[in-house]
Amino acid sequence: MANSLSREFTKGLWQELPPFRLVLGLCPTLAVTNSAVNGLAMGMATIFVLFFSNVLVSLVRRTISSQVRIPAYVVIIATLVTVADMFLAAAFPQISKALGPYIPLIVVNCIILGRAEAFAQKNSVLPTAADTLGIGIGFIISLTLMGAIREVLGFGSIFGVKLLGEWFEPWIVMILPAGAFLVFGGLVALVNHISSRNAAKAAEAAEGAAHGM
Amino acid sequence: MELILIFISAALVNNFVLAYFLGICPFVGVSNKTENALNMGLATTFVMTLTAAATWPIYYYILIPFNVPFLQYVAFIIIIAALVQFVEMYIKKASPSLYRALGIFLPLITTNCAVLGLALFMVLRKYGFIESIIFGFATGVGFTLAIVMMSGIREELEFADIPKPFQGVSITLIIAGMMALAFMGFAGLIRG
Repeated sequence: MANSLSREFTKGLWQELPPFRLVLGLCPTLAVTNSAVNGLAMGMATIFVLFFSNVLVSLVRRTISSQVRIPAYVVIIATLVTVADMFLAAAFPQISKALGPYIPLIVVNCIILGRAEAFAQKNSVLPTAADTLGIGIGFIISLTLMGAIREVLGFGSIFGVKLLGEWFEPWIVMILPAGAFLVFGGLVALVNHISSRNAAKAAEAAEGAAHGM
Repeated sequence: MELILIFISAALVNNFVLAYFLGICPFVGVSNKTENALNMGLATTFVMTLTAAATWPIYYYILIPFNVPFLQYVAFIIIIAALVQFVEMYIKKASPSLYRALGIFLPLITTNCAVLGLALFMVLRKYGFIESIIFGFATGVGFTLAIVMMSGIREELEFADIPKPFQGVSITLIIAGMMALAFMGFAGLIRG
């Protein structure tokens, strides 16, 4: 049991790492990652909504008939997003201002509805919690990474701390929309490359073992 | 004049796809053939215009008078889902061939963040009713433009020799980045 839970958890960190492996949730990934802090905040808000909405979906999965399930899920998600939005506006007004309409847009983040549809509606609460935590943490890492890369290249700083000296000429394009596409495209290619290399290694290892016998 | 500015701004300068990253999922997912891309763009434009026309009165005549603007996200998403459902039913009756062509794309419009984004921006920028409709239509035109252009480029790309890790999503996004750079050139249209 514990084993399968940890498997549900870890698959979100690499195998199904959003948004690079599952190409879902692209809008927030591209839009708010012009600095590491914004990426982190967006990731936190998303994991909150993702976790609670999917646990709720999992709890009510037997009472909601399948014809009306999508609207029901969307209402659950939209309610939680409203909560997250009000919380951010009250506790961290600056971050809330920086993220602007992208917080309410978590409603249509396909990762959340996708997990509800693919996982939560078929599984009980514990595996659902493990699955969403894994996916959510993977999403936070991805967004923070994107934000960090763009911040370093675009401002020469990370989390607002100056990293590169005066000699560094900031690449303004990196904090503009175009930079988001370029960095994300590059990262997808990198993830593809690493995973195809790992697969080749695994195949080689399997072949070696077969010869050894 | 104001209306023309809103139109140009939403369709070109602040293109939803290339400047606000809204509607990226269909932009990547449905842009492999020009024909599909065009149909998707037209259906989305239609839904966007209707969304602007439907959410505006509901926000200003129901949510505001009853003092419950915090319900806007829930209200907007329900309106959009219902609209998409109606459009789907109507097209199914009126033009079965178009319905077959659009098929899977129609329900996908509900989760197109550009549609919800449109409703949110409309409220944020305090557009009036007519302005909102123009804004909705222009956003749809901008989306169609971006997705059709992307599909044209991708059709040509099939003959290009792309390094393996870059194939698929990766190259699409890098091209989108270059399109975003090109679209930045439109910025002078408004300020100038």
